[in-house]
Amino acid sequence: MTTLLEIEDVSLLYGRIKALHGISLTVDEGEIVALIGANGAGKSTTMRAISGIRPVASGRIRFDGEDITKLRADLRVRRGLCQAPEGRGIFPGMTVMENLDMGAYTRRDRPEVAKDLAKVLELFPRLAERRKQVGGTLSGGEQQMLAVGRALMSRPKLLLLDEPSMGLAPMLIQQIFSIITEINQQGTTILLVEQNAQQALARAHRAYVLETGRIVKEGTGAELLHDPSVKEAYLGVA
Amino acid sequence: MNSVREWIYTGRHAVAERWHNAPRWTRWAVIGAVIVFFYALPNREFYQWLGPIPTTGSNFGQVLFTISIYVLLAVGLNIVVGFAGLLDLGYFGFFAVGAYTVAVFTSPSSDLKTLWPWLLALPLAIALTMVSGVFLGTPTLRLRGDYLAIVTLGFAEMIRVAATSSEFLKGQRGFNQIPHPPGSYSDGKPIFGVLDPRPYYWLVLTVIILVVIGVRNLNRSRVGRAWISIREDEDAAQLMGVPTFKFKLWAFASGAAIGGLAGALFAGKQNFVSSQNLELLNSIIILAAVILGGSGNIVGAIVGGGLVAYLIERFRGIEFFGVELYEYRFMFFGLILVVMMIFRPQGLIPNRRRAAEFKDRRKEVIVGG
Ligand SMILES: Nc1ncnc2c1ncn2[C@@H]1O[C@H](COP(=O)(O)OP(=O)(O)OP(=O)(O)O)[C@@H](O)[C@H]1O
Ligand SMILES: [Mg+2]
Repeated sequence: MTTLLEIEDVSLLYGRIKALHGISLTVDEGEIVALIGANGAGKSTTMRAISGIRPVASGRIRFDGEDITKLRADLRVRRGLCQAPEGRGIFPGMTVMENLDMGAYTRRDRPEVAKDLAKVLELFPRLAERRKQVGGTLSGGEQQMLAVGRALMSRPKLLLLDEPSMGLAPMLIQQIFSIITEINQQGTTILLVEQNAQQALARAHRAYVLETGRIVKEGTGAELLHDPSVKEAYLGVA
Repeated sequence: MNSVREWIYTGRHAVAERWHNAPRWTRWAVIGAVIVFFYALPNREFYQWLGPIPTTGSNFGQVLFTISIYVLLAVGLNIVVGFAGLLDLGYFGFFAVGAYTVAVFTSPSSDLKTLWPWLLALPLAIALTMVSGVFLGTPTLRLRGDYLAIVTLGFAEMIRVAATSSEFLKGQRGFNQIPHPPGSYSDGKPIFGVLDPRPYYWLVLTVIILVVIGVRNLNRSRVGRAWISIREDEDAAQLMGVPTFKFKLWAFASGAAIGGLAGALFAGKQNFVSSQNLELLNSIIILAAVILGGSGNIVGAIVGGGLVAYLIERFRGIEFFGVELYEYRFMFFGLILVVMMIFRPQGLIPNRRRAAEFKDRRKEVIVGG
């Protein structure tokens, strides 16, 4: 199995506050890797470092055999790395279709884009119903789906998902996790940040636990799911 | 109050609806009629029928020229503020760069003594303002936040200070005998003379039409989509692979170039450029015009720029209980803006997206606060 993403000893600063203290992790091709941790642990920050929205202070990031530590965010997208941002990261003034279209911004292969669009609309029928609606007026859950669908439109090798289940009703959470599994089975590697540790660990091949900017544990999803300290801290069972 | 607002709102909506549903030829006919109207406007035979609209205190043709310059500036600033969402508080500085470039290269009072014709200095003026835009934008547009606002404000002030106190730029004495644009009638008289302001107005009007066509096409292309995405959510734009810095710089520099073009046109008409032409307040007026008209909408910017410049000029020569209203123009103007911001923050003629973005932000305020 080949390594798609490799992070080595990455630190990141917000001003003078250190949010990541030298974290290392890898994602292999075809995997779903989960990143779990409490609020403020640095999960979104890790995502920002990978997608290049925030520069790292030290350490190295390799993607698909290339050192991308210093590469601009938009060029990382062209290399096949796409993030669905946390929360309301969609374009509020654009319609659903325009948002999805923005997902394919870097692509020139029109017929393939059209195929992917059909696929995304099939994956999210709710979005298909609301094609013409402006993003800002969608419900929280619909916005979440749009963010995931839009990221898929770039046809990424590695899809970064930051809390795709945030604010969704239990029914929809199930649905979004099935969709994530489905996307993965169709060949997209996924790095998944989740508060919903139970679901994430159940679906993930491997997982890392992040605590105040440090990786404190790693293992297969099943291992962590049955780890006593993880159970206590993140799964809400004593 | 509420019902009045609603009535205006639905009325406006009906107009917008009808406009969008009207057949193509009707729309072209209306646009054509509006253009003909504005070409005819500076002729006395025409405007004498317009009642109180023509200004009383000053030559109407001259006023129209001033208005047209403001409209051109508003169209240019709208690219920066409206399309790309960048706050430029020193836009008038680019106007100054354009006007001074023409002055320095054409005027006999310039130390350079190049004495270029106006037409030769025009492309140089545009190029230099564009370069100064790139120069200013390159370090600042990489940063997030309000750096750009502060830097542009400083830039305009720097230009003003340089113009006032540098020996090379002649301060208040200024540059005189700046040549006019070329061209003459069949009887040999120059088209662009000293007495008749109308040809200058027609020239600027033509430039506006060309610029608007160009800007409209740009805005409907990939470039336009990138601008909108940056304005709506810069992080998300970057995550979709938009080279945000490049497109911000593009917007900033093309806005600057249009500002420089306006300055060059102004210098060609005015014959004289000095530091007295530069007031910080002008940057704010143009920004206010764009916001008033409806940021992000080309028609909105035109209406905003025209309305603001017209209102300022209209106050000239009107007395009210012995008070010269013109003296209080900025106060009235501020008042109108405050009222606008309360009742219609998206501007008179907003664009559809902008309205949705405003709603979105309001929601965020409620959630966050
Ligand atoms: N832009 C910023 N400026 C300063 N500090 C920040 C910024 N963004 C995040 N932080 C801080 O960095 C730390 C990690 O934040 P991060 O958003 O990565 O947490 P998270 O693990 O995603 O949490 P959550 O589960 O709540 O989304 C927090 O202490 C946060 O306050
Ligand atoms: Mg987070």
